[in-house]
Amino acid sequence: MSARAERRAALLNQLPLWLGLVLLWMLLWGSFSWLNLVTGALLASLVSIVFYLPAVQLSGRLDPARTVVFLLRLLGDIVRASVQVAWLALKPLRTTAGPQSAIIAVPLRTRSDLILTWTAVATSIVPGSIVIDTDRVSSTLYLHVLGVRTHAQIDLFRASVLATERRIVGAFGSREDLERLALGDAVAAVAAATGAVAADARAASTRDDDSDRRNLDDTGKET
Amino acid sequence: MTPAIGDVVTAVLVLSAALMCLAAGVGLLRFPDVLSRLHAATKPQIFGLIAVTLDVAVNNFTLGTVTLSVAIVAFQALTAPMAAHLIARVAHDTDRFRPELLVVDELGRANRRGDRGD
Repeated sequence: MSARAERRAALLNQLPLWLGLVLLWMLLWGSFSWLNLVTGALLASLVSIVFYLPAVQLSGRLDPARTVVFLLRLLGDIVRASVQVAWLALKPLRTTAGPQSAIIAVPLRTRSDLILTWTAVATSIVPGSIVIDTDRVSSTLYLHVLGVRTHAQIDLFRASVLATERRIVGAFGSREDLERLALGDAVAAVAAATGAVAADARAASTRDDDSDRRNLDDTGKET
Repeated sequence: MTPAIGDVVTAVLVLSAALMCLAAGVGLLRFPDVLSRLHAATKPQIFGLIAVTLDVAVNNFTLGTVTLSVAIVAFQALTAPMAAHLIARVAHDTDRFRPELLVVDELGRANRRGDRGD
């Protein structure tokens, strides 16, 4: 590709983000007038040039129906989990004995920064979980989870984060990520058929050293 | 919408929002350590905020209020997790949390093994 075509492709990739900035400007003013459109376009250009950041790699794929499903499900999760955390805070005679939260690693299957960020924010905005750290190289989220007491509950929570990732990839992930999810599922299905634990196989398909982490899980609490 | 139904909708939305904010305040006092308190400080009020802005949008149903409500909720949803993330990370890195409250600490384990990618 010539340098000129490359520049054009980069500009085209930036276009949805630029349009998003213009839309945001008009949302903030609360009116869709020509004046707002023009000033918004000028400001969006100014912001893109002055506050230059490495370009976000958009996947170039958008499934409107699945995006709506993802957003509705997210809203439902927020409402349900808000009530749960509020109840945890307000319920009388709270038992304080024993551990009641956990810091868990969730190895995601995506290799896209954008999907990793979306999954982190979507997980974080739902009450009961906070992203403490991320590992970009292995696409791992480290989450603090409230209100879990057993390893079974932790595995359930990990599965729910992976389901969120699946919905996001289905809504606007790249084809590579979709294939990666399908491959992970196939590996897990084979592993389940041969008697191995499906979760181990799924994790192993994205992260080689995950098996020894899982074994360590059972060695008990650390100081 | 008749005024009576409007009043009921407002009452339900505003009262549930107030309840969520109250729960956030109580949780801030009752939860045992920094990481747990962050949940109370940042989370139940996002639902509260959605409820209040929804009520404003329903009662003044113009394009301006609806878009502004969407913008408020979107910004709050994007920024609250960032603030929580920064505080949680600092608290974890400086050991300002109570390990005896955790079932597992897989981040501490990964850090000790030195297999973090950064």
